Amino acid sequence: MIEVRNLYKSFGDKEILKGVNLHLREGENLGILGKSGVGKSVLAKCIVRLIEPDYGEIKVLGKDIIRMKESELNKIRRDIGYLFQGGALYDSMSVRENLEFPIRRTQIASQRSEVDERVEQSLRSVGLLDAIDKMPSELSGGMKKRVGLARALILKPKVILYDEPTTGLDSVTSGEISELILKVQEEYKASSIIITHDMKCAKIATNRIKIIMDGNFKAEGTYDELSRSTDKEISAFFI
Amino acid sequence: MKEVKNTNNITEKKPFKRKSAENIRNFYNSMFIDLGELFLFSVQVFKQFFSRPYEHKELLKQLYITGNKSLGLVAITGLIMGLVLTMQSQPILVNFGVVSLIPGMVSVSMFREIGPVITALICAGKISSGIGAEIGAMKVTEQIDAMEVSGTKPLNFVVATRVLATTIMVPLLVFFADACGLVGGYFGMNIFEKMNFQLYMTTAFDMLEFIDVVPATIKTVVFGFFIGLIGAFKGYKAGLGTESVGVAANSAVVSASLAIFVIDLVAVLVTNLLIRI
Repeated sequence: MIEVRNLYKSFGDKEILKGVNLHLREGENLGILGKSGVGKSVLAKCIVRLIEPDYGEIKVLGKDIIRMKESELNKIRRDIGYLFQGGALYDSMSVRENLEFPIRRTQIASQRSEVDERVEQSLRSVGLLDAIDKMPSELSGGMKKRVGLARALILKPKVILYDEPTTGLDSVTSGEISELILKVQEEYKASSIIITHDMKCAKIATNRIKIIMDGNFKAEGTYDELSRSTDKEISAFFI
Repeated sequence: MKEVKNTNNITEKKPFKRKSAENIRNFYNSMFIDLGELFLFSVQVFKQFFSRPYEHKELLKQLYITGNKSLGLVAITGLIMGLVLTMQSQPILVNFGVVSLIPGMVSVSMFREIGPVITALICAGKISSGIGAEIGAMKVTEQIDAMEVSGTKPLNFVVATRVLATTIMVPLLVFFADACGLVGGYFGMNIFEKMNFQLYMTTAFDMLEFIDVVPATIKTVVFGFFIGLIGAFKGYKAGLGTESVGVAANSAVVSASLAIFVIDLVAVLVTNLLIRI
């Protein structure tokens, strides 16, 4: 679903990604674990070309997105859902309008009833149908993330990127969001990359984990495999 | 612990003159880089005016917000400017025995200079800073990124609509301020002596000529464009911290106000040149 080869990205003198390779298989939830500032979010943003990489190759659904024109890129972005750290809900729009926005832009559904059905289905998936007419300022942190997820799901994407889905949430809500990611995987049959440093989330929501350190992946395996690692740096994540 | 003094402090410091020269050079460098970036940004925004999809709904919303935000302030300021202008000039004009010129003087001053510049400065303070802060906050909270990911061009939906809204709305606000200024002038006139409203307005409009209204109106369109453009540019350039939102808003007001004076100067020079030809 996603193939990243030899990806490099620097900001000024600071090298963030140093030849990253990644392969996301169909239907799997791949967790990317790492400390703050190691380039997890930069990697995710390179995958949707919000950040232009310096060197390397990124294929999403078999298409090379780095050398793609903007119009083609916008088409392929419809197949990618992206959940931002803070939800990134549009402040000036209600929850309903936030969810309608991608539908109207992509003109996937034009009939009012069809749009309503999609919005309601998406909100039902994240258990927030009651909040449909609320403004983002009236929602809690967890609710914002759920609405953000509902918006990411509205175009029924084939790939979903979760950027720190549980950051800033209490333990209970964090658990709920992690369960929700699993539910979405089953319901939408989508492949996902989950960028996190929350071990609970990694344990619940991922099928496979890659650990990134110093600009490249250091280890790979399931949660149980990695938790048994004797490497000091790896085992530090599981303490 | 014993404090170790750095005896080389004096030699390490750059001489004051060299330091100030460096600061001045840095200031001009960043100013020219900013101007270059603003030019490229304005080309991109201008292209968006003509590229699909046309954001009619968002444009109408922005027109309403832009007009509604400043209408009251513009009305009060216009009224006061007209009133003050009359009250200040009345005693002098009495000495020359040309009190009857007051309505004409108010209308020409308001339409040519005071109305456009004062209204544009108010809009720079209210609208440009608002746009800068709003877009800056959208950037900090990743809303701009979210739009891009959903296949929407933020430059079209967020920036072009706001710039177009200010380009359309500022000239209308200026006309409104001019009208309020004339009414203010009428009140000022009636403090000293009674004058019929109809006579006042007739005298005021008799003095107005084509050259007073058209160049000033064109000038206000340019003011409007730059008020929106600079606000959006500063917001779009905002960094990723919350502090940058305040910086963007502040910088938008300062730059837009400066731009208004520069455009005004250029407009006056061009108008005078055209009159001579």
